[in-house]
Amino acid sequence: MIPLAHYLILSGILFSIGLAGVLIRKNIIVVFMCLEMMLTAANVALVAFSRAQGTAGVPVYDAQVLSLFITGIAAAEVAIGLALIVAMFRARRSVESTALNTLKD
Amino acid sequence: MNMIHNLPWLFLLLPLVVAAIDWVCLNKHPRLAATLSLLSAAGTLGLCIAYLTGLQTGTPDTYTWMPSSLEQLNLHLGLLMDPMAMRMMLVVTGIGLLVHFFSIGYMKGDSSNLSRYYAGLSIFMFSMSTIVLASNLAMTFIGWEMVGFSSYLLIGHWFDKDSAADAAKKAFITNRVGDFGFLLGILLTLGLFGTMNFADMSGKAAGIAPAVLTVTIICLFCGAVGKSAQFPLHVWLPDAMEGPTPVSALIHAATMVAAGVYMLVRLQVSMGAEAFTETACCIIASVGAITAVLAAIMAVQQDDIKRILAYSTLSQLGYMVMAVGLLAGEAAMFHLYTHAWFKALLFLGAGAIIVCCHHEQDIWKMGGLSKRMPLTVLCFMMGTCALIAIPGFSGFFSKEAILEAALAKYPVFFWVGAGVAALTTFYMLRLCIVAFMGPAREHGAEHAKEAGFTMALPLLVLAVMAIISGYGFIANDLVPANGFHAHGFELGLPFYASMGSLVVGILLAVAIYGLGGRTKDPLAGNCISKALRNRLYIDALYDKVLIGGLQQGFAHLMQFLDSYIIRGILCQGIMWLTVRIGYLCSWIQCGSLRAYTLITGIGLVILVLLLAFQF
Repeated sequence: MIPLAHYLILSGILFSIGLAGVLIRKNIIVVFMCLEMMLTAANVALVAFSRAQGTAGVPVYDAQVLSLFITGIAAAEVAIGLALIVAMFRARRSVESTALNTLKD
Repeated sequence: MNMIHNLPWLFLLLPLVVAAIDWVCLNKHPRLAATLSLLSAAGTLGLCIAYLTGLQTGTPDTYTWMPSSLEQLNLHLGLLMDPMAMRMMLVVTGIGLLVHFFSIGYMKGDSSNLSRYYAGLSIFMFSMSTIVLASNLAMTFIGWEMVGFSSYLLIGHWFDKDSAADAAKKAFITNRVGDFGFLLGILLTLGLFGTMNFADMSGKAAGIAPAVLTVTIICLFCGAVGKSAQFPLHVWLPDAMEGPTPVSALIHAATMVAAGVYMLVRLQVSMGAEAFTETACCIIASVGAITAVLAAIMAVQQDDIKRILAYSTLSQLGYMVMAVGLLAGEAAMFHLYTHAWFKALLFLGAGAIIVCCHHEQDIWKMGGLSKRMPLTVLCFMMGTCALIAIPGFSGFFSKEAILEAALAKYPVFFWVGAGVAALTTFYMLRLCIVAFMGPAREHGAEHAKEAGFTMALPLLVLAVMAIISGYGFIANDLVPANGFHAHGFELGLPFYASMGSLVVGILLAVAIYGLGGRTKDPLAGNCISKALRNRLYIDALYDKVLIGGLQQGFAHLMQFLDSYIIRGILCQGIMWLTVRIGYLCSWIQCGSLRAYTLITGIGLVILVLLLAFQF
C-alpha cells in the first residue's frame, strides 16, 4: 500500500509544475495545459484522500464525485479556452500572451 | 370697453415696440428703421401736444407689476400726468423728434449699422419718458437705469473705435456709482415716508429727524450727481462726446443729463420743500456751484468743438443743481427748459459743422465758416446768444431767475453764478471767433458747404425756440413746473451783474482772440493751460487712485486668490495628488499576463493564510 504522503507529494509536484508553467511561459496554449495540470493535481489529491479516508476498502465517494465534477468542468473550460485561443490567433496572428498589450499603450 | 384713458401708455409703448422692431427685424433696412423711429417720436409728440392743449384728458390706469404681501412694497407702474411731467414730455419728445430728423442727414453715408442707431434712439425715448412720467421712485429708477443703458449703446455706437467703446464703458460705470446712492436713497425714502409714490409723499417729512432726512436727500442726490454729471462724477460727460453728435444733443445736453435736475425738483414738489434740510441744500448748491465753476474753467482751454459744448453743458447743469439747492425748483426747471432748446441747437449746429468740415472737430482747424455756411453759423450764433444770456434771448431770462434766487438766499452763490456767466461768455465767443471768423486754416473748412435740408430744418426750429422760449407768453405754458410764472425785464443787481459779466466776457474774448486772425491759442503753452487741457488732472487722479490703486489692488488680490488658492491648491493640488498616487500604483498595470497571475496568486495565498490561520 502506497502511503498517502506519496500521493500528496505527487499532487504538490504536479501543482507546482503547473503554477510555474502558468507564471513563466508566454505561449497561451502551454499556459492552458499547465492550468489543466493544476486541476489534475487537485484531482489526484482528492482521489488520494478519498482512498485514505475510506474504511474496510470502501473509499469515501464524495471526493471521487467531486473529482468527476472537476474533470467535467475542465472539459467545458477547454472547449471555451481553445475557442478563445483560436479567436485570439485570428485577431493577433500570435498565441503569445505578450501580444495582448493594446490596452497598455 | 373704453380704453381711451389709457392712451398715455403709448408714450412708453410706442418707442419701445419700435425699438424692438428696429433692433430685431430691420437690421437690413436702415431707412425703414429710421422712418419708424421718426414716426414714433412724432407720434409721442402729437400725443403730448394733445394732452397739453386739453384735447385729451383723463388719468391712465395704474398696474401692479410685482405684488407683495405688504401694501407699501407693491411695485406699481403708473403715469403721473401733472403739468410738470407733460411739459417735460414736450421738451423730450420735441427735441427727440428734431434729433431723429437731424440724424437722417447726419448719419447719411455712415457705414455702421444704422438700424441699431435708431433702435438706440427709440429705446432712449422710451426710457426718458419712463423717468418723466413715472408715478413712483421705483419706476423712476427703472427708467434711470434704462437711460444709462441706452446712453451706453449710443455712445458706443461706433464701438470699433477704442475711444468710443471706452467712453461708453466709463459713462456706464460712473453712472453706476451714483445709481448705487440713488437706490439707497429710494430705500431710505420707502422706509421713512412709507411710500414710493410721489403723490403720497407730501407732508410726511415733518415727523422725521433732520439728520436722517439729510442723509436720505443726499443719497437721492447721488443719483443726480451721476446722471447729471456733477462734480466729482462729471468725468464721463466730456468723454461721452465720442458718440454721434445728434446723440450728444439729445442725451448728453438736452434731456438725459437734465433728468437728475428733474428728479430733484420732482422730489421737492412732492416731498415739500421742508424735506430739503438746510445742510442738504447747502451740499447740493455747493456741488452745483463747484461743477459750474470747474467746468467753465476747463471749457476755456478745450479745442474740440463738441468738448467745449460738453463742458458748457456741465457748467449749466451745475447752475440748475445750484438752483435746486437754493430751493428754487422753478428757476431750475426754467433753465433746464431753455437750456434744452439752445444746447440742442448748439450741438446740432456743431454736428452740421462737423459733417460739413469732413468730420473735423478741432476749432483751430476751422475758421471762416461764417462765409461758407452762413445759415448754420447764424443758428449757432442764436444758440450762443441764448447761452451767454444776451438780454432778449431765452437763456437770459432763466439765468436771471437763478441769479435772483441765489441773491435772495445765499449771495455767495450769486457771485459764483455771475463769475461763471463771464467765463461762459468768454469760452463761447472764443469758439465762435476761432471757428467762424478769419480765414480757413485747413482744407476741410475751406471746402465746407451749407448743411442739407434735413439738418437745416431742425436748426431753424431750435433757433426760433432759443430766441423766444424765454418770453412769458410761451414760458408760462411750456416750462415744466406746476404753475410757472415768468418775470419780465427787471432792473436790479442780478441784471447789472449779468450785464457786467457779459461785457467782461466779450471784452476779454475780443482782446485775446481778436477778430479771427489768430492761428493758435495765445493762452496755450503755459502750465495753467496744460492743467486745463488735462481736465485739472481729475481724470488722471481717478485713473491713478481708483483704477490703478483700488481696482488694480483688488484685482491683484483676486488674482492671487484665484491662481494660488483656487487654481493652485484646490484644482491643481488635488490633480497633482491624484496623478502622483496614480504613478505610484501604475507599475501594477504593467500589461503582462504573467505578472497579473503572480499578483493574483500571491493575493490568493495571503487570503488562504488569513482564512486558514485566523490571523
